[in-house]
Amino acid sequence: MTSSDRTLKVDIWRGNEKGEYQSFEVPERENQTVLDVVTYIQRHLDPALAYRFACRVGVCGSCTMTVNGRPRWTCRTHVSRVVKGGKLTIAPLTNLPVIRDLVTDMTPFFEKWRDARGRFVAGDGPKDELAPVQPESRERSAASAAIECINCGVCYSACDVVSWNDDYLGPAALNRAWAAYNDVRDGDRNGILKAVSQGAGCHTCHSHQSCTEHCPVSLNPTFSIAGLKRASLKAKLKGALK
Amino acid sequence: MSISGITRASRAHPGFVAALVHRLSGLALAIFLPLHFLTLGLALDETAFAGAISWSNQPLVKISESLLVAALAVHFAGGLRVLAIEFLGLTRAQSAWIACCFAFGAGIGILFLMRAF
Ligand code: SF4
Ligand code: SF4
Ligand code: FES
Repeated sequence: MTSSDRTLKVDIWRGNEKGEYQSFEVPERENQTVLDVVTYIQRHLDPALAYRFACRVGVCGSCTMTVNGRPRWTCRTHVSRVVKGGKLTIAPLTNLPVIRDLVTDMTPFFEKWRDARGRFVAGDGPKDELAPVQPESRERSAASAAIECINCGVCYSACDVVSWNDDYLGPAALNRAWAAYNDVRDGDRNGILKAVSQGAGCHTCHSHQSCTEHCPVSLNPTFSIAGLKRASLKAKLKGALK
Repeated sequence: MSISGITRASRAHPGFVAALVHRLSGLALAIFLPLHFLTLGLALDETAFAGAISWSNQPLVKISESLLVAALAVHFAGGLRVLAIEFLGLTRAQSAWIACCFAFGAGIGILFLMRAF
């Protein structure tokens, strides 16, 4: 029997917040990703199916969906690894508003990146001087460990605290803030600590590690958030967080 | 129908189970410790205390007490684990640490049970 004789039963979420699963039969292939399955459905069975992707090679972070209950990057998730009894259930990411079918509105996710002050703020040193950053320094290593985030939202979807508390900044934004905090050239590092330690920021994290468990590029937001907790506690004790 | 029906599969990992056990053991302690201290308070009144002691000699009570002791131990160890994550940055090999916490809790509970009978 060739592999194409066999089919997968695929349930796909249709609608927005309200909707239902629709079942499709998709030919099973060797080396098939979940994104291939969704693309097959859109090209051959229902052109109205809405979903998102761009790079197809795990770089852009736009193809994430909930697959058999777990948030995943679908372009790098092989069906053979996640299929259960010939069945796949594919839904949009949780913890984000659904626009349609498998497409979520990432606005709250990125607003929180902004609120966690994850961007570079120049200091007031002379513009023509390069700031030395030692590759072996503690700060540079900490920033390197956190920096490869692809903004995919998997951790945000996996985090229980995000689902309990709408205001919680979430693992990705805080991980980004930790990378930014460890950039010794930043002109206002205390400003980052202020941004992440007020309201539902780093101290809201319960260290469940769901984010770390699911991050497709093996980042460790829990570690980054723990770093922010320590740094902001220290700054607070020194009276630097007024 | 809602989307999140089966999404809870994302919780099936040691960190979440540990957090759940930590919450539940904490809740059990919060409910039962006041009762425990109430009983201790009875020690001032000899007859009432004797009554409480003979009540607590029943096997079922002893087993529940051991469970409470296990809850206390697992809550204590789990709390140290979270402190280690947050203050020492110890986020690697957490399944092993979680297993150690559970083993510690179970061990203390069993020891207590053995001494109770
Ligand atoms: S460790 Fe913190 S950020 Fe990560 S999933 Fe748990 S609560 Fe969310
Ligand atoms: S930290 Fe990992 S899971 Fe979270 S957005 Fe970045 S790449 Fe995705
Ligand atoms: S399509 Fe770019 S990461 Fe999957």
